[in-house]
Amino acid sequence: MSEQKKTPTRPLPRTDELDTQAFWQATKTKEFKYQQCSSCGTVVWYPRAHCTGCTSGKLEWKTASGRATVYSYSVVRQSYHPFFRNLVPYAVAWIDLEEGPRILSNVVGVDDPLNDVSIGQAVELEWEEHEELCIPLFRPV
Amino acid sequence: MTQSRDAAIVGIHEYPDRDVEGEVSPLQIKASSAAKALEDAGLSWSDVDAIYDAGEGGGMAGLNISEYFGLKPTVINTTGVGGSSYEYHAAQAKRDIAAGKAKVALLTYGSTAHSNAFAIGVGARGGASMHPADNMDSFAGQTLVSNYAMVAHRHMHQYGTTSEQLAEISIATRMHAMRNPEAVRAMEDLEFLDIRETTIEDVVNSRMIADPLHLLECCMISDGGGAVVIASPEVARDCARKPVWILGTGEATKYPENGGDLTVSAAAQSAPIAFGEAGVSAAEMDIAMIYDSFSITVLTILEDLGFCKKGEGGDWVTGGRLRYDRPSDGPALNTDGGGLSSNHPGMRGIFLLIEAARQLRGESTSQVEGAKLAVAHGNGGMLGSRHTAGTIILGGD
Ligand SMILES: [Zn+2]
Repeated sequence: MSEQKKTPTRPLPRTDELDTQAFWQATKTKEFKYQQCSSCGTVVWYPRAHCTGCTSGKLEWKTASGRATVYSYSVVRQSYHPFFRNLVPYAVAWIDLEEGPRILSNVVGVDDPLNDVSIGQAVELEWEEHEELCIPLFRPV
Repeated sequence: MTQSRDAAIVGIHEYPDRDVEGEVSPLQIKASSAAKALEDAGLSWSDVDAIYDAGEGGGMAGLNISEYFGLKPTVINTTGVGGSSYEYHAAQAKRDIAAGKAKVALLTYGSTAHSNAFAIGVGARGGASMHPADNMDSFAGQTLVSNYAMVAHRHMHQYGTTSEQLAEISIATRMHAMRNPEAVRAMEDLEFLDIRETTIEDVVNSRMIADPLHLLECCMISDGGGAVVIASPEVARDCARKPVWILGTGEATKYPENGGDLTVSAAAQSAPIAFGEAGVSAAEMDIAMIYDSFSITVLTILEDLGFCKKGEGGDWVTGGRLRYDRPSDGPALNTDGGGLSSNHPGMRGIFLLIEAARQLRGESTSQVEGAKLAVAHGNGGMLGSRHTAGTIILGGD
């Protein structure tokens, strides 16, 4: 047995959760999938099996462009999570994709999140690779 | 407009200890508080025919607590919607009593969050969950504080709100806490540093936890609990204390929506229903008991309750408007010292009802002379993502 200490890792989503597994499976090939109802046009986010806009709709999977803006953010200075405590200060943000979905993610690729992240900032999708899936993060354009 | 007098708070108790050092259980806190609240009302266990239980005592909500108390209630309500559960319980007790299904309703809360080092405040972390929403969110390292901080940032961006304005909420609440011996003892037992009234400078110079929220804008993590007894008008008339009438109630939910406005909480939906039923307006409130998990929670909810327009909360709270000794300026806020400086074991909603009732009975440590109307607004879940709102309008006898 190795005595090597495990490096803490980002908490990863489950790929067997029934509503969201198709989304996470598509991230393996770095596709950001979201759902839109073919009957009423509602963009449904987070992924679900039913349309929240009408009772008879069929949800179609579409691929987002990755273009987005920061709706709001916070720079976390204190975390007790074994992975994130080493990452502080880091930016969590609500990100508005141009197709509609508002997702919770991180703004990465900045030298100083305290000064380099702002509301309304244009960002683009960037994938963080993991064994089973990829994680959607965002970087200023 | 005739106000309904369907049900009244007749008994209250706030568990005095905030650090039980692991030697008292949540169930024991619930039972001890229930007994004292019943005593306060001049009632006893055998009078209770309706139980309201958010399930925080463990086991099967509603059932285990009935057995533990030794009761056989015929209304068993187990609504658990986080910190606002007790406003929901009060609303539902009023409806159950008005419908003739119950005469004496017992609401209880007990928590050993502090003793368990249960992460609810500054120390909170996320956990794995199978709910699909959580399965989308949990990778990002969101903390409880950053969740609320994102509301504050957006509020600042849209309306020019400042940290100095948000600090007004912290300092008014601390001022009230310093007048409440139980709150002072709570801060001592929880080893707060430098326990005294605070200034705007103290708040904005305290450590940043998640931009733009500072340490002194965040609630404490205590042990604690309490109980509330709500009774029919017939029972209330013979109780030991003056009844505090439940005049109006409102319930609502909010969750992330594409294109939604993060600066508006579920209170915007629940408040008009509650004020409408009571036939009164925010401007008439003497007391505002608002769930102060963080400074921004109060600012957002003050606007949503209608004390001022959306976006004007920062200006509106400036200059000490929320202090108990300026009743002509606006409502006194969280006169017990709030979750920021007196009591926050995780689900603070019951204390909002308790302190509002104290004010309307004339028993607060920061008593507003002649207080007649109060609003208690609970927020459950998280303001910056998914949460519940419970608005209760209370009136003195
Ligand atoms: Zn549809």
